[in-house]
Amino acid sequence: MVEFNLPKNSRVVKGQTHKAPDGATNIKKFKVYRYDPDQDKNPQLDTYEVDMDSCGPMVLDALIKIKNEMDPTLTFRRSCREGVCGSCAMNVDGTNTLACTKDLAEIKGDAAIYPLPHMPVIKDLVPDLSTPYAQYTSIQPWVKADTPAPGTERLQSPEDREKLDGLWECVLCFCCSTSCPSYWWNGDRYLGPAILLQAYRWIVDSRDERTGERLDDLEDPFKLYRCHTIMNCTNTCPKSLNPGLAIAETKKLMVERM
Amino acid sequence: MTENYEIIDHVHDVIVVGAGGAGLRATLGMTAAGLDTACITKVFPTRSHTVAAQGGVGAALGNMQEDSWQWHMFDTVKGADWLGDQDAIEYMCREAVPAIYELEHFGVPFSRTEEGKIYQRPFGGHMSDFGEGAPVGRAAAAADRTGHAILHTLYQQCLKHNAEFYIEYFAIDLIMDDDGSCRGVMAWNLADGTIHRFLGHQTVMATGGYGRSYFSCTSAHTCTGDGNGMVLRAGLPMQDMEFVQFHPTGIYGSGCLITEGARGEGGYLTNSEGEAFMERYAPSAKDLASRDVVSRSMTVEIRENRGVGADNDHIYLHLEHLGAEVLHKQLPGITETAKIFSGVDATKEPIPVLPTVHYNMGGIPTNYHGEALRPTADDPEAICPGLMAIGEAACVSVHGANRLGTNSLLDIVVFGRAAAIRASETVDKNKTVKPADGNTGEAAIARLDKLRHAKGGQSTADVRLGMQRIMQNNAAVFRTSEVLKEGVSLIDDAAKNLSDLNVADQSLIWNSDLVETLELENLMACAKATMHGAEARHESRGAHAHEDYPDRDDENWMKHTLASVDDDWNVKLDYRPVHEYTLTDEVEYITPRARVY
Ligand SMILES: Cc1cc2nc3c(=O)[nH]c(=O)nc-3n(C[C@H](O)[C@H](O)[C@H](O)COP(=O)(O)OP(=O)(O)OC[C@H]3O[C@@H](n4cnc5c(N)ncnc54)[C@H](O)[C@@H]3O)c2cc1C
Ligand code: SF4
Ligand code: SF4
Ligand code: FES
Repeated sequence: MVEFNLPKNSRVVKGQTHKAPDGATNIKKFKVYRYDPDQDKNPQLDTYEVDMDSCGPMVLDALIKIKNEMDPTLTFRRSCREGVCGSCAMNVDGTNTLACTKDLAEIKGDAAIYPLPHMPVIKDLVPDLSTPYAQYTSIQPWVKADTPAPGTERLQSPEDREKLDGLWECVLCFCCSTSCPSYWWNGDRYLGPAILLQAYRWIVDSRDERTGERLDDLEDPFKLYRCHTIMNCTNTCPKSLNPGLAIAETKKLMVERM
Repeated sequence: MTENYEIIDHVHDVIVVGAGGAGLRATLGMTAAGLDTACITKVFPTRSHTVAAQGGVGAALGNMQEDSWQWHMFDTVKGADWLGDQDAIEYMCREAVPAIYELEHFGVPFSRTEEGKIYQRPFGGHMSDFGEGAPVGRAAAAADRTGHAILHTLYQQCLKHNAEFYIEYFAIDLIMDDDGSCRGVMAWNLADGTIHRFLGHQTVMATGGYGRSYFSCTSAHTCTGDGNGMVLRAGLPMQDMEFVQFHPTGIYGSGCLITEGARGEGGYLTNSEGEAFMERYAPSAKDLASRDVVSRSMTVEIRENRGVGADNDHIYLHLEHLGAEVLHKQLPGITETAKIFSGVDATKEPIPVLPTVHYNMGGIPTNYHGEALRPTADDPEAICPGLMAIGEAACVSVHGANRLGTNSLLDIVVFGRAAAIRASETVDKNKTVKPADGNTGEAAIARLDKLRHAKGGQSTADVRLGMQRIMQNNAAVFRTSEVLKEGVSLIDDAAKNLSDLNVADQSLIWNSDLVETLELENLMACAKATMHGAEARHESRGAHAHEDYPDRDDENWMKHTLASVDDDWNVKLDYRPVHEYTLTDEVEYITPRARVY
């Protein structure tokens, strides 16, 4: 007997096949990562044959169809089904994305569906995101200002407001961070692109008065400088945001103030 | 039986169930006031449905044109078709102005005018000069992602105040005392399968709406009326559940929303003849009439064979004349959504749309402090001690028979804050919370356990689909006595299927099969209250358009419906008076009149 020293959910074995209903002619195979926390077993790859003639257009539609009609035990997160809540982030066909806005027509051949990579898996496609959530808190993502607020709104010019575009829309799905090799290997200390994008959001908000302090906090060999501009993050972001650029801009500000 | 379940006890001053805009605003205010507050949520806070709100939050800031909170109040009363409680409406519209400034101070990235003020756009039903004047820009907006902006900011403020969260905990049922008061809530931690008993002085339901009781809706999968279900099971009634809002512009097919703000920015609807038909139905407000009015007009157009598309079964929304720049700057989210879900480039072609279930005016009856009611014949304002409700789960009632767009984001921040103020006045931190005994919360675990091991003949998904189709067909934009009667008998039969469910997953860790089953029971309770309430209401008012009783009947029906559902799924209806008074003497009660746009 060979003993593998791999962590429990890293070696994926072949699983079950769920056949399409009789008469289905337009079949697509979904190979889905399954991990059952109640069983002391390796994860497995189950195959679901889905009748595409009665399936909605998105990957999430197919997963819901599988859950409703073939296997109610299949587990994944979802809520808004329109790409705004960030729940359904997963790895589809080798790319991290939101299942609800990922068009099935873009997937040639079988569809391979895995959880976000390099995160502990709780069950099936549900990863444990407590580390990035805690990192989010660590950057103190709230406005800090000493100037007392006026009786009405604080004024902000449209130009200053525009600096926030491309930053505040982030849905915290962590597709980017979990595609970043630096985050894979140093995720405990490197903040990763999602959180750095948010850090930058507060750095450039004209209403925030602690820019210096925020930059000081990032001045650390790990938190910021583990980014090697590989740009996986930007390429994968399902909301078309550019965390790679935000990181580069943050580094520029670091240099400028030296 | 409870021996099999590990129970972990928590005692707090206040327990908030829900971390949408309402729950977070309450949690923030309570934590900041020094109350030991726990916030329980089945999804990570920023994934709550509030994140999807698009067009804006209403307040008479007057940044674009002259405006006043009294005009806002008039529009809200008229929009509500006089079923709203005017004391609560006054409170909301008056508090709106400071509430929005407060959101800005919290850091919400509102869009800005050239002068740097908060940008505001027109929205349906929001007019100047007590309904007599032109549409007014009242919807404070962050592009077309206002809910995202507000929800993320409120979560950030909660982090700042170090609020205590229990994330991906599913609340199962309330813990009720023998004296009828509420003591707390039982919840299930999905990550590790443990059961948690939360006891406190106040429990606040902020669990959102129940859009998913219908087949096609703009709401998220998680909008399953859990709070309403829990409160009904605790023996308290729901109020005005028959008033379900259909939003005129859900994307044909997927049901995803295109904000009314798109029409606020100048968009308009056309039929198969290319006619901008709203001019016929609402000569002055046109495409910016109230939602119920626009949805009915669209439905009439389709019925009279002037729908568009191969099956003549939908309507076009035109934005292309606004130009790519306006769409990119003010409406980027819906431009993207239209592309993804209907394959349409909104800068070039119209978007196919259909009236789609969007909002629940009804819910847990409360006063304007957010205290839940247990009305009696002698005292229709009697409260249920220990229980509060806010947001879409509640019925204050500020939306009456039809909510105006932008008034829900407003409702959640104003009444979230009001609940925090009330709790800080009523909760005595020094008083000890009555401790649990052996069977405190037992019933909730029994319910969970029974469903977990349910081995009947029907899947949760099938029973849910059956219910959704009944609601879609029999409690739609237009209703008749015959269709509603049939609906009542169909939904009564559908509820019987709940005793024949089959749950395939037996795990306690992230058992989403069981979660969906618990949610289905909540949805069904809401569906039953909705259908029975609708069948009984023999008039047309706001979103309840009854073809056999086409007029509003103030003499007999200017009253709130109260619907209770007992353990055997029987519905009992009762009524309580609408508040025909305001909060202060600064405004007079707005007397009922014909509703013309
Ligand atoms: C697409 C769309 C666009 C909209 N746009 C606008 C707009 O522009 N302006 C406007 O005013 N309104 C708008 N609305 C309406 C408005 O967004 C909602 O009514 C409002 O956000 C509801 O907020 P809430 O806090 O009450 O509930 P939600 O945001 O739905 O939050 C519910 C919370 O309860 C929790 N919860 C539920 N059940 C349980 C349980 N069993 N256990 C634990 N936690 C639970 C959830 O996790 C969640 O945190 C829109 C609605 C939709 C669907
Ligand atoms: S650019 Fe930086 S953050 Fe983005 S993937 Fe590369 S290393 Fe990671
Ligand atoms: S930057 Fe993009 S990929 Fe990263 S968390 Fe935000 S939305 Fe997701
Ligand atoms: S379900 Fe909300 S982003 Fe996919």
